[in-house]
Amino acid sequence: MGMTITEKILAKAAGKEEVLPGDNIWVNANVLMTHDVCGPGTIGVFKREFGEDAKVWDKDSVIIIPDHYIFTEDEKCHRNVDALSVFVKEQGLTYFYEPGTDTYSGVCHVTLPEKGHCRPGEVLFGTDSHTCTHGALGEFSTGIGNTDAGFVMGTGKLLIKVPESIKFIIDGKLSANVSAKDIILKIIGDVGVDGATYCAMEFAGSTIDALSIEERMTICNMAIEAGGKSGIIAADAKTIDYVQSKTDKPFECFESDGDAKYRAVYNYRAEDLKPVVAMPYSPDNVKPVSEVTDSKIDRSYIGSCTGGKIVDFIMAAKVLSGNKVKVPTFIVPATVEVETALVTEMVDGKTLRAIFEDAGCEPIAPPSCAACLGGPLDTFGRCNTTEICISTTNRNFPGRMGSKDSQTILASPLTAAASALTGYITAYEC
Amino acid sequence: MSQSIIKGKVFVVGDNIDTDQIIPAQYLNLVPTIPEEYIKLGSYAMCGLPDNYSTRFIKDGEVTTEYSIIVGGNNFGCGSSREHAPVALGGSGVKAVIANSFARIFFRNCIATGELYPIEPEEALTSIFKTGDEAEFDLEKMTITAVNSGKVYKLKSMGDVRKVIDSGGIFEYARKTDMI
Ligand code: SF4
Repeated sequence: MGMTITEKILAKAAGKEEVLPGDNIWVNANVLMTHDVCGPGTIGVFKREFGEDAKVWDKDSVIIIPDHYIFTEDEKCHRNVDALSVFVKEQGLTYFYEPGTDTYSGVCHVTLPEKGHCRPGEVLFGTDSHTCTHGALGEFSTGIGNTDAGFVMGTGKLLIKVPESIKFIIDGKLSANVSAKDIILKIIGDVGVDGATYCAMEFAGSTIDALSIEERMTICNMAIEAGGKSGIIAADAKTIDYVQSKTDKPFECFESDGDAKYRAVYNYRAEDLKPVVAMPYSPDNVKPVSEVTDSKIDRSYIGSCTGGKIVDFIMAAKVLSGNKVKVPTFIVPATVEVETALVTEMVDGKTLRAIFEDAGCEPIAPPSCAACLGGPLDTFGRCNTTEICISTTNRNFPGRMGSKDSQTILASPLTAAASALTGYITAYEC
Repeated sequence: MSQSIIKGKVFVVGDNIDTDQIIPAQYLNLVPTIPEEYIKLGSYAMCGLPDNYSTRFIKDGEVTTEYSIIVGGNNFGCGSSREHAPVALGGSGVKAVIANSFARIFFRNCIATGELYPIEPEEALTSIFKTGDEAEFDLEKMTITAVNSGKVYKLKSMGDVRKVIDSGGIFEYARKTDMI
């Protein structure tokens, strides 16, 4: 019987010819990523279980990317980053993107592919639920907790259950005001926040083929918001070019067999898709923008692993160029590389940074997760009272961006920027 | 954790209780493997619940909860992969969450840490139990009894998961079974 791309990758990682959904298998990990929120706890588990002098299974494969609580005065946050630094030195780890140095990068999920750590056909574990992002490069990638991560850190292996797959096929050409974010929000709205629990969400079709790697990341990033264990898009020529531009490591590309089995297959026409938003307090509370245009917002936030990549700021700049924002608008590049692109990428002959400044956005923040998950009270862009924030991030649960009294509306960069110009939920009119 | 009867009060919550409600992000600076911070995490458990929950999960000035069983709806523990969530619940004194369904990573983290039992009921219990009701959860028979009415409700089998949690988590289990 045919296998899905996910089953093929897991079979390879388990040294087996074939695996079936539901099988519990030991797989070898290629990469383990952790950050400042879960790293210290993972290291704690690793030392408790393997001993104070234990060594990680592979010093090139444990990658540490502090990104969550970086630009804060909170002392515990600093202590946590310091603990990571001590561990990196003690273990001689090769990859540490250290705050306050020129190796600092920013948000882990944008850093990993930028620095060549994501490669087709591999298995990547990360102590962060949005680790599903990296399936966009044709690999199996999923989020795990500290205890499991401590196990991987010591052994390079993990016992996992092979997920069933659900396939989403999107064909056709998107309208100019619809983007990858609208595709994934629409899907989450259709299947629900637990519609893909324990499943691999596989995305395919001519619309997906036409998307850039960064836009594909936006889609896989939010698989977890439907309960998915992973999201995946088979590697194509674009993926191979992208990966080869970042790393010389060899990799193997897999694709699903024609007779692979799926729990369900959904088909979409790109022409039918419209700009959508997810209203509070759930990512599946999805509404077409046209139905909620009388909803007022009082800030706009463009950032995070979902919506803080170069492609996202290019979209936002297209909308904001030559216009003035009506509400405070927060620009948070995900990484240093994205921050640099703000002065090298141009729209209408102006740099992105100049467009944002001229539009009256708040001073651009240094790269990090910032207010995507609220964070310490002094976090840039945090909603500290009853703000209603339209945001390119991925979650809008109560209190996600700060105060329990604030509200988050999830949107594409085009919609978040267009809304900033009116103070109401607004689609981009192209 | 290995006892076969858990007696105590239940705390009832709705659908989609996400990890920000279980432990808000501002407390993620606490490291679960540091003993004092484990206790602190426990003291903040469920403090992100919206204000329409009129009963506090942990009384002001206390660090543990009087509720040893949480009864929840669909998709309990959705959201982030933070192990701080099951750890905060375990630290607060919760022994089991009985919810219609669980989000994947939360479920997995309960097992990996051995902090608490994630269990699904045969029928939804959220409208049967009220916060404060006394209940008796029998791990052998896989039932929960409402002490007041004496009514017994069936729970789904935990399968292999129970062995791991009884052992105290994935490491203890891996050692017991010679996997490491
Ligand atoms: S940007 Fe937001 S969703 Fe992405 S890793 Fe950071 S906190 Fe998580």
